[in-house]
Amino acid sequence: MAKVLMKGNEAIGEAAIRAGCLNYFAYPITPQSEVAEYLSRRMPEVGGVFLQGESEVAVSYMIFGAAACGARVFTTSSSPGISLMSEAISYIAAAQCPAVFVNIMRGGPGLGGILPSQADYFQSVKGGGHGDYRLLVMAPASVQEAVEMVMQAFPLSEKYRNPVMILGDGLIGQMMEPVEFPDHLRTEPTNKDDWATNGMAFRKSDKRNLVKSLFLDPDQLNSNNLTLKAKYEQMKQEEIRFETYNTDSDYRVLLVSYGTMSRVCRTAIDQLKEEGVEVGMVRPQTLFPFPEEAVRTAAGKAGCRAVASIEMSMGQMVEDVERSVRGSLPVHWYGKCGGDVPTPEEIIDFTRSLL
Amino acid sequence: MAKGKTFAKPEALSDAVTHYCPGCTHGVIHRLIAEVIDELGIRGKTVGIAPVGCAVLAYNYFTFDFQEAAHGRAPAMATGIKRVRPDLVVFTYQGDGDLASIGMGEIIHAANRGEKFTTIFVNNAVYGMTGGQMAPTTMPNQRTTTSPFGRDVNDVGMPIRMAELLSSLATPAYVTRQTVLKPKTINKAKKAIKRAFEYQLAGRCFSFVEVVSTCPTNWGMTPVEAIQWAEQTMLPYYPLGDFKTPEADGQAAKDSV
Ligand SMILES: Cc1ncc(C[n+]2csc(CCOP(=O)(O)OP(=O)(O)O)c2C)c(N)n1
Ligand code: SF4
Repeated sequence: MAKVLMKGNEAIGEAAIRAGCLNYFAYPITPQSEVAEYLSRRMPEVGGVFLQGESEVAVSYMIFGAAACGARVFTTSSSPGISLMSEAISYIAAAQCPAVFVNIMRGGPGLGGILPSQADYFQSVKGGGHGDYRLLVMAPASVQEAVEMVMQAFPLSEKYRNPVMILGDGLIGQMMEPVEFPDHLRTEPTNKDDWATNGMAFRKSDKRNLVKSLFLDPDQLNSNNLTLKAKYEQMKQEEIRFETYNTDSDYRVLLVSYGTMSRVCRTAIDQLKEEGVEVGMVRPQTLFPFPEEAVRTAAGKAGCRAVASIEMSMGQMVEDVERSVRGSLPVHWYGKCGGDVPTPEEIIDFTRSLL
Repeated sequence: MAKGKTFAKPEALSDAVTHYCPGCTHGVIHRLIAEVIDELGIRGKTVGIAPVGCAVLAYNYFTFDFQEAAHGRAPAMATGIKRVRPDLVVFTYQGDGDLASIGMGEIIHAANRGEKFTTIFVNNAVYGMTGGQMAPTTMPNQRTTTSPFGRDVNDVGMPIRMAELLSSLATPAYVTRQTVLKPKTINKAKKAIKRAFEYQLAGRCFSFVEVVSTCPTNWGMTPVEAIQWAEQTMLPYYPLGDFKTPEADGQAAKDSV
């Protein structure tokens, strides 16, 4: 298929349809309302479901209800909205249903701002809702990658029967870039008859299905949590994705950065190279599972003297970088989170200060 | 099954012994729903949604697909199901804390969108499961564990009448209030529940059956006293009957143009 120029938010909506997800529920919030606007026109064209719910709380439970009866379903929101959805996300993870949530992050805490941010790293990667659960979190760095990740998110959420989150900063949603939608558009939905409440008569079964998250018996709750844990361990084995940049060089500093921020880091790395300073980068594409091994190996390369996490937050991913490096090198953080993205010059200055 | 002669357990009801207290009306309401589901022959395409409240384990007593909601969110889950699977029959089963307090937003908007599912609303004037705290439906001066001196309406307002409130919405719906305090009213309640499911099956409208119920345990009464108290105190404030029907709504819509 030919490349088309598309705004990130609209491309995300289209990608879901191309992935065979014809069910979308949402509540407007900047900077991602264009997804809902786009799909309010597009879903009727493809015979899909579009519904604007009364709140993110309601929307997240519409997602739960639809997912629990076996439908492919997704929603998009931004930081404050994701906070409201976090209760349902915890329930969906506990009840082991597949669903896709897209967070086009804006600045926080509180109402924060409407400019790009990466300040929901902890919320997405470490919890957000209550209890022992994890999300598979994917972080696109371009509109093209957002499209690909959205399309992969559905089969992944079904493979693990767990919510998948696409974590993009506001720029991913707002910028226009050329995108190409993969040719093989629809993936076959997996068999959901074993667990989904899709009606006994429809699945020709005498056994009823139950979707729940309450386990009053301590052994049963522990066992459900162990089942969840086993899935998260499997994700660590099978789903870690990352990219490296300039790591063939004899770099003296290793940057770790994701999303839009990693693109600025690339520019800084190119410029430093011209000035004779080699800097490498690991760009996590999955934030959970985190590419621990890749960061550790890259930090361990002879000649590397410092590691820095560059983020549009007050320093969140840096904790995972520290955990990966395990004290073998000093780990620094540089970032901003008012909404303006750190410039290549700022990153160059910071990186030079580590030499 | 010979009508009116045998008293068999409905197919839609399981063999499990319920965890409800003696004299609790939840069990009666469960049975009515199960009878209606059997009579309509819809067990294979029904999905129930359990609330958070004493009926959280309702799915143990039914023999068809069930989802368990978070507190108050059942109408949003039902919306999700009906939108993606209109061919399923969906009902929510909710208490007054669940529906009239934490879940007020979800029920009003689902009703106002005219979602084609059925809600069975159990009004027992108290939070049963958490130990008898005040509910939005608690009667004036009624003592509960969080209104130990009786509900002070100057402080927390008057009890909310959900059937009346929902019937004020302009979207066509079936909204009725029933009770299961006496055999005669039980029969009427069953008819209303059946009618509610029939509207759903016809894809007609949202349907809502409020059931004035008892919670002898948290009211501190015997089951018989509880029935008497509900009749004397609740029914005058929560009158029985149909508050809204799609037929009347259709007529009103015609009259207004
Ligand atoms: C978010 C949340 N808040 C509070 C609770 C605690 N809780 C469980 S049941 C309940 C009240 C249930 O009362 P009601 O809906 O009247 O049902 P009943 O038990 O009387 O049948 C509360 C407050 C909860 N489970 N979740
Ligand atoms: S506490 Fe009340 S509502 Fe709950 S089971 Fe007992 S009597 Fe029924």
